[in-house]
Amino acid sequence: MKKKLSRNLGLYIMLILPILFFIVFRYVPMSNIVVAFKDYNLILGTWKSPWAGFKYFKQAFGDNSFWNALKNTFVLNGLDLVIGFPVPIILAILLNELVSVRYKRIVQTVLYMPHFLSWIIISGIAFQIFAPSTGLLNQFITSFGGKPIPFLTDAAHWVGTYVGLGLWQSMGWNTIIYLAAITSIDPTLYEAAEIDGAGRFAKMRNITLPSISPTIITMLIMNLGRILSTEFDRPWSLRNTRLQDVADVLSTYVYRLGIRDNRIALATAVGLFQSVVCVIFLVIANQVAKKFGEDGIW
Amino acid sequence: MKKKKIGDWIIIIFFFLLMLVCLLPIWNIAVVSLSSTQAIINREVSFIPIGLNLDAYRYIWADKSFVQSLGFTAVLTVFCTVLSLVMTILCAYPLAQRHLEGKKGINIFIVLTMYFSAGAIPNYLLMQSLNLLDTVWVLIVPNCLSVFNMIILKSFFSGIPESLKESAKLDGAGDFTILRHIYLPLSKSILATLALFYAVGRWNGFTDIAMYITKPSYYTIQYKLYQILNSLTSVDSHVEGMATTAVTGESMKAATVMFATIPILIVYPWIQKYFTAGVTVGAVKE
Repeated sequence: MKKKLSRNLGLYIMLILPILFFIVFRYVPMSNIVVAFKDYNLILGTWKSPWAGFKYFKQAFGDNSFWNALKNTFVLNGLDLVIGFPVPIILAILLNELVSVRYKRIVQTVLYMPHFLSWIIISGIAFQIFAPSTGLLNQFITSFGGKPIPFLTDAAHWVGTYVGLGLWQSMGWNTIIYLAAITSIDPTLYEAAEIDGAGRFAKMRNITLPSISPTIITMLIMNLGRILSTEFDRPWSLRNTRLQDVADVLSTYVYRLGIRDNRIALATAVGLFQSVVCVIFLVIANQVAKKFGEDGIW
Repeated sequence: MKKKKIGDWIIIIFFFLLMLVCLLPIWNIAVVSLSSTQAIINREVSFIPIGLNLDAYRYIWADKSFVQSLGFTAVLTVFCTVLSLVMTILCAYPLAQRHLEGKKGINIFIVLTMYFSAGAIPNYLLMQSLNLLDTVWVLIVPNCLSVFNMIILKSFFSGIPESLKESAKLDGAGDFTILRHIYLPLSKSILATLALFYAVGRWNGFTDIAMYITKPSYYTIQYKLYQILNSLTSVDSHVEGMATTAVTGESMKAATVMFATIPILIVYPWIQKYFTAGVTVGAVKE
């Protein structure tokens, strides 16, 4: 045992900094979650502030903006899932059908590119393209005699724009994992199917899709686990203060409460509620996948 | 080679159109940034610059605080990328070794942080208690190691034959030497990919500035862009009509977007050729 440890001493020395990093910046802040149950006071700090029990949870559940943010988070993430989840799968299967390797590479390069643009940049582009009068799309629509569409200023249209931009940004990038799964399919399966006279769609349906279904299930579980979590920069950069009713989500709500209004305990309580629901969703999705005979993620 | 069927052509054309959907918005922004205010008001601008000029760029370039922010973000990005790569290598190499006591436990300890996080406000309180708020360090240290990137590198390292390491060991080489002289030279492409991920992450980062920074000298380019997009003319003001100032703002805003986008568009094509292979390795093993 001792000999083993000393033989690997170099390896343990390497791990010191990374492990310190995870302790300090990932585990230590978890202790601050108790703030959700306290009357937080900056001077007293996390531990000395008096206990408040479930006061801030009750306060949050009694706040209409909380329910509004919760609803919007479900709706926007739900739409992201329903629309954004199948598209990369379809694109990956179609990409696999491209015969020319060179063309396939070009397509991949271009389709991955939006993934590398920040949401602030995308919002800048969106404000331009979707502008009511000078925007490219409305110019196009009006030049064909149509009415300008209020992409960013009407509630229902805003939701569509939000989901559409998400698709634009991630549809290409998300094909990577499915393409990887497709490459590992045994090519003899396709050859055998061709001899049996299977057409393009028959091969897609009977070989490609079943072969990548474990990957699809894994991704679906992970996405369901994120149904209540949102990035901050996407809703924040696209938000329109007049459309708070559809645009305010939990991450932006927590930011406004905690950072802007300094209601630390209340914001922490909302954040904790969000994390707990996320974990529940993850566990349920995983159990359901196992019930259907799939592997699950643990 | 097989003769292309009609279905093949449909797919080829479909992807051609999809590429246009990805590229045209950026092209349009570039064109607007180069066009004259009058042409934008008259709604003549779509895919070809009208009244070609560089006024918007000149105007922004004369803004000292913007140029300062551009420089700050560039230096910050380079620094973060180097530090993150070092941390990722230090974490991935030991965990890729087959004979490491306690490896399983350390792995779980690390991967758990992908699924469970403290949340925005507890993190904020941590930065506050460490006196990191409004310092440069808060933009560097808290995200200097990504579990996802570490797993990609770890699975790449695991694919390097153990025999290479064993023979070096027999020659008396320590782990640091083996890492430097055997593993790193073999991992150039994957390291380039991870460097791109980290660099883009820092260049594009916005949330941590919104959370932790109030000092304007630490505003990165994304935050500057956000301010310009939302104060020169907000979405709301479009509704009111076409005030001349609002439309003058259009080419200015477009030029600012270009400033933030161009570095990415320059770096991306050089590195992307590595990452189809690299990311795939990580993805399959996950």
